[in-house]
Amino acid sequence: MIRVFVLLSLLAAAPAWAQTIKIGLVTALSGQSARAGEAITRGLVVAIDEINAKGGVRVGNQSHKLELIRRDDESTPAKGVIAARELYFKEKVAVLIGGLDSPVALAIVPIANENKLPFMDPWAAGTPITKNGAKDNYVFRVSAVDELVDKAMLQYAQKTHNARKPGMILVNNPWGESNEKGLTAALAEKKMKAAGIEKFEGNDVDVVPQLSRLKSAGTDVLFLVGNVGPSSQVVKSLDRMGWMPPIVSHWGPAGGRFTELAGPSAKNVHFVQTYSFFGNPSPVGQKVLKALMAKYPDIKGAGDVTPAVGVANAYDAMMLSALAIQNAGSTEGRKVRDGYYKIGKYEGLIKNYDKPFTPQNHDALNENDYVWAQFIDNQILPVGTKK
Amino acid sequence: MIAQALVSGLGLGSMYGLLALGFYITYSVSGTVNFAQGSSMMLGAVFAYTFAVTFGWPMVPAAALALALCALYGVVVELVAVRPFARRGSSAWLMATVALGILADNTVLFTFGKEPRGFVMPWANASVPIGGLNVSLLQILIPLIGLALAAGLHFFSTGTRWGKAMLAVVQNRDAARLMGINVPGAIAAAYAASTLFAGAAGILIAPLFNVHSDMGTLFGLKAFAVAILGGISSAWGVMLAGLIFGVTESMITALLGSAYTQILSFTLVIVALAILPNGLFGRAEVKKV
Repeated sequence: MIRVFVLLSLLAAAPAWAQTIKIGLVTALSGQSARAGEAITRGLVVAIDEINAKGGVRVGNQSHKLELIRRDDESTPAKGVIAARELYFKEKVAVLIGGLDSPVALAIVPIANENKLPFMDPWAAGTPITKNGAKDNYVFRVSAVDELVDKAMLQYAQKTHNARKPGMILVNNPWGESNEKGLTAALAEKKMKAAGIEKFEGNDVDVVPQLSRLKSAGTDVLFLVGNVGPSSQVVKSLDRMGWMPPIVSHWGPAGGRFTELAGPSAKNVHFVQTYSFFGNPSPVGQKVLKALMAKYPDIKGAGDVTPAVGVANAYDAMMLSALAIQNAGSTEGRKVRDGYYKIGKYEGLIKNYDKPFTPQNHDALNENDYVWAQFIDNQILPVGTKK
Repeated sequence: MIAQALVSGLGLGSMYGLLALGFYITYSVSGTVNFAQGSSMMLGAVFAYTFAVTFGWPMVPAAALALALCALYGVVVELVAVRPFARRGSSAWLMATVALGILADNTVLFTFGKEPRGFVMPWANASVPIGGLNVSLLQILIPLIGLALAAGLHFFSTGTRWGKAMLAVVQNRDAARLMGINVPGAIAAAYAASTLFAGAAGILIAPLFNVHSDMGTLFGLKAFAVAILGGISSAWGVMLAGLIFGVTESMITALLGSAYTQILSFTLVIVALAILPNGLFGRAEVKKV
């Protein structure tokens, strides 16, 4: 009798879900960027738990529970495309979140636009992902944007290291190309020219020949663009050469065990981030950190949220997507897309958003939202927090 | 810049040469090769990492056991992916060795983990100033070990009874058997030596690179190109071709820029083989009819 009573009480306490709205995630859950993929997952899970605990997403007069469905793209565009199609056609997700690697995100963009599937990018920074030229654009982003990061990299290199002849060492893929254009344009704006532009492959063991060319050309600051593994090869090659110019990097090193892979010189790499849990986090920051510590036993404090940008971008991306569905009053792609435009003021984790998306702007973050960080031991800290 | 590129090229070239020596050994004895030599290299690094870092063993026993396991893997490759097909005169061992390599890569992916790991050996990365250049100890050690192994192989195959017995196997298996040579044993031993060399390459390169399941893929591919370039029937040729290929790659990058590295280095391989079809140091096979 008591058991029946307890069961009935529990059933009465549970919210009455009208329906489940599926949110798809396509990201790297294995390989060199696995840690970043896990961070995105955690940001989404914490946001979804919070939304569901508050009664889910209101669509019309009914409460809908959110459910996350993940697929591993192994950082491979072809696998990302297969996963995106499966999540849209089979699982019927309302919003697709994904794109850790720019090449994967760029491969998914046409699928999203053709099928009117809202696609939210919480990491990949390639400029053409949101500025894809489509007449009917369904791609949104809560993350850094290459062309803005490139301007910020130059600004930081000039301000902090008095850069006069920066050289570029870029991974040889669409992400590297996107940044080559962005950095070249940023330099041209300031009437500057790169000392040299060198490319390296993601699985190169030795980058010394490329770096020797940059050194000979008189490079005073290195602009580095590459994921965690390739970036570590650049740092190890510099160590072998005995040459350690200031390194200003895109955020690739944040995606994994950079200190373990690159060695003690990892701390010399200053890279861009959109958020740090250190310092004085806002009430939203404190709430998210508390939720992360409660959910994941390996998180004991702010330093364990690595990479923090993955968690933070994904958390805000999910919250803004839930608002878009609520504004749409439907899970129909076009209505959800327009729902993003209707978002007004929202107190997020990264910042307080005010009309984050318009038909002309699908990027919620800009250069004013970037912070500079470095690895100290295994933690990502704002530059200068600790020696 | 050129001197720095030369040092880099010699180090990388020695790795290609070491892996290519594995192709030489099995081809010399059985006329077959393990196309997934890159996976054997990866196994050497993963085993050594597991024993030395995860279990905390000293480096010498960790490397020794890793090499022994690599040799055992070579025997398995021969037993499972080569012998059943070669016995029937089929060339399906080509695909079978590739398939076994993919199996090994994926097994490591699921057991060792999905993230690349750093194999730190402080002594290996210590630099020695030579002529105004900083050269790491490993960059000196790798070519020395590669050349020593090539020399050892050369003298083993031409100067010892066992070596001559192994070479006899490829010329006429039946005659070799009649002379009392254990033909299956000789071929299995060749495969064990081949994967042992690849494992040694993996352990040597691990501190310069990262340890992960697909670390050997591109190396295996380049090593096969090196083996063909050197003339797969000569230990010295294969090792020297490795050094030439590595230095060429580095020089092209240093002098012309990285955009030209792959295009020009592989074009040079094709041109070299068009002019010298048996490779730089190989000889045409003599067949008595």
